Amino acid sequence: MSSSQNLPPLHFVLIGHVDHGKSSIIGRLLHDADALPHGKKDAMEEMCKRRGVAFQWAFLMDALQAERDQGVTIDSAWIRFNSHGREYILIDAPGHERFVRNMITGAERADAALLVIDAQEGLQEQSFRHGSLLHLMGVRQLGVVVNKMDLVDYDAARFNALEKEIREYFARLDIEPVAVIPASAVEGDNIVQRSSSMSWYKGASVLEALQNFQARGESVDLPLRLPVQDVYRNDTQRILVGRIESGQMRVGDELLFSPSNQTATLASIESYPDENPAQAQAGQCVGITLKEKIFIERGELISHPQNPPVESDVFRARIFWLAQTPLCTGDVCELRLANTRIMADIENIEWVVDPASLRRNQADAVQVNEIGEIIIRARTILAFDPFDENTNTGRFVLARDKQIQGGGTISMEGYTDRRLARRATNITRVPHHVTIDERAQRIGHKNGVLWFTGLSGAGKSTLALTLERRLYERGFHVFVLDGDNLRYGLNADLGFSPEDRVENIRRAFEVAGLFSRAGMLVITAFISPYASDRTRAREVIGDSFREIHIHADIEVCEKRDPKGLYKKAHSGEIREFTGISAPYETPKNPDLTIDTAANNIEECVEKLLAYVEAEFRL
Amino acid sequence: MDRLDRLESQSIYILREAVATMDNIAMLWSLGKDSNTMIRLAQKAFFGRMPFPLLHVDTGKKFPEMYAFRDEYAKKWNIDLLLQECPDISETDEDLPPAARSAARKSLGLKAAIETHGFRGLIAGIRRDEEATRAKERVFSPRGSSGEWQPREQPPEFWNQYATDPPPGAHIRIHPLLHWTERDIWAYIQRENIPVVDLYFARDGKRYRSLGDTDITRPIDSTAATIEEILDELAQTRQAERAGRLMDHESEDAFERLRVDGYM
Repeated sequence: MSSSQNLPPLHFVLIGHVDHGKSSIIGRLLHDADALPHGKKDAMEEMCKRRGVAFQWAFLMDALQAERDQGVTIDSAWIRFNSHGREYILIDAPGHERFVRNMITGAERADAALLVIDAQEGLQEQSFRHGSLLHLMGVRQLGVVVNKMDLVDYDAARFNALEKEIREYFARLDIEPVAVIPASAVEGDNIVQRSSSMSWYKGASVLEALQNFQARGESVDLPLRLPVQDVYRNDTQRILVGRIESGQMRVGDELLFSPSNQTATLASIESYPDENPAQAQAGQCVGITLKEKIFIERGELISHPQNPPVESDVFRARIFWLAQTPLCTGDVCELRLANTRIMADIENIEWVVDPASLRRNQADAVQVNEIGEIIIRARTILAFDPFDENTNTGRFVLARDKQIQGGGTISMEGYTDRRLARRATNITRVPHHVTIDERAQRIGHKNGVLWFTGLSGAGKSTLALTLERRLYERGFHVFVLDGDNLRYGLNADLGFSPEDRVENIRRAFEVAGLFSRAGMLVITAFISPYASDRTRAREVIGDSFREIHIHADIEVCEKRDPKGLYKKAHSGEIREFTGISAPYETPKNPDLTIDTAANNIEECVEKLLAYVEAEFRL
Repeated sequence: MDRLDRLESQSIYILREAVATMDNIAMLWSLGKDSNTMIRLAQKAFFGRMPFPLLHVDTGKKFPEMYAFRDEYAKKWNIDLLLQECPDISETDEDLPPAARSAARKSLGLKAAIETHGFRGLIAGIRRDEEATRAKERVFSPRGSSGEWQPREQPPEFWNQYATDPPPGAHIRIHPLLHWTERDIWAYIQRENIPVVDLYFARDGKRYRSLGDTDITRPIDSTAATIEEILDELAQTRQAERAGRLMDHESEDAFERLRVDGYM
């Protein structure tokens, strides 16, 4: 075998609107590149004669009877050919909008794409749709073939106008086509041979454009990611199997398992029937054994401890939707991410994109064949990477009724890595000799944490401080933990990065928990925008935790703007400001909601006092 | 990684995914070069112990060399082998051309085996480069409750996420070799030293490039008597691999019709 046999073949997909001539370009390309099986063209010509139809290059590709009957490609086909010592895998994707799912199936592992556009019709709906789908799927190498130039009399002006339109469109997707080629499949112009009819065109032919595309290799240089696909047990050992999606590993390496957060040492890389290797790298399917006995299941993600994946139950995703039943806010789907399958809630549909204008429109649902951006909340914490950091561990599919209905790529924009909030393990609590009930008896009320959450300007601090004074006057042992005050001391080392915000909240609820266990009633006033933070606070603090939503609409808060922060957020001076450029996750089931827009301060305080008396007074 | 490493890795991933996500699966063993390659891949994937049985759907009309091969390697490889006989040709669709009717016995045998054993997944060694409708196949390809393939209604398949949940009564065909070529198979057989039936190697100027039933399979003109020579021959030839399989060529869509009805 020649050395080129060891290079990955170039996978490229033909895309474009129905009837713009994808299959014809392929037929012509294979014929002119001398890559058709013997007698294939003759047999097709024979068949056309029998059927009394004119020969079409597309017939060479459309293998299914229904495809030839209707003259439309239904499903993707793979065709291999060699040219100038390089192997190409050409994927013929259907252009009809009914078969976008088949186009996705064809394009999913393409290194590059050729977009075919009819010189007469120009860019059409599916040209746009395919273009933006490719972008979502991470395909960045593109060539554009303007086909049927013979039907516009090889008009340079027509071509130049189209080329301008095409380049402008893709510039907005951040894609620069390597070539825009005027061509004719029927006449064989600029497919492999240069066209004598278009001497004004000096650029590449279709085949030459293909030669400039790069094949994606394995991601050996990225951090190690090995999703656990299965666990095989035999008498003597447990073998974890999976494919290394990126990076490399050596026997003796310390491995981190996420999201279970266990570590173990790589004891061996198993191989059958060959000798066990000492190292393995991206692209390989491996089986490994561990030195330590830990319990691991399918779905865990293996990394090195110094380069872990993100952990979160919530993230932002750009998705394409393939099912007739639209995806709506509030829907429940099965999320399949690497080897994990978990139920997830579609928390919000942020926008849906119009493929032609690339404009983002507000919507409650993503319809079939549309692209949208959504917020997904899984039922447990997941381990993954943002798509732009690691393609293979940053994408997922959504299934309903066990059928794959859509796919998407992950962004953590506006969300934080839960790993940063994790606490140390293997510590044992020391039991106190004074019980919490004894403390309550002496003080006269139960301990607790009133956790105020709400937008900046909703009135958390104002109400907290007023309530503290009034409860104190009624004999309560009460104390306010204020976000700003904590930042003067305990949290003086923290900034406002996503990581620091998580830590800020973690310290706040730990301190609140300590005060509470000492018998006091604690009031906190933090925006605490993430439901997961508040859930953790409840877990740590326990039964005495009360989530109190201090509610006012964003418009009201912006008008109040007591610290001038909204103004700064709008001017861009403050980034990732809750409610403006970062999300606020409204409490789903708060213990109490105080509406500060509908009630004045006194009314709000009265409600809070009544609540505290009922809940905490002995 | 070289080319064969990449192909091997992808196939192992598919086999392991089938075992991890599905119950009651079997691998089809046609005794040919492709299914022998699949067996080797499964031995590697599962460290020598195959977690599913092998099913030979026997038309009773294979070459004697193939039966001898089956009996020898079933024992050597410690295979859990299921045999399924095929019904008489009179039970096949009368509208099919003669060779296709003969081949259709195998689809009926397969249906009977699925019914008997309740298989939810069948691993089959078809490849995209063999034939034009196979080029449009999925890695996990759902079949209807009577075994039929609906090429117009195939589910989306991307990012290594597969349709692993057949509806009640239906099953999934799993195709771990879909992305291999005929040359890849031979190169892998050479590298891994995988045994194959002698009929593939030329004797008296003829060899079988693809093996089926004796009455509907023809040898090709060839002098390739070793794997190296076969690899050289394949680098030159412009003949289709299944040119000697008569049922593919009786009419324009004969093979598609066989496949729609459940043929591999």
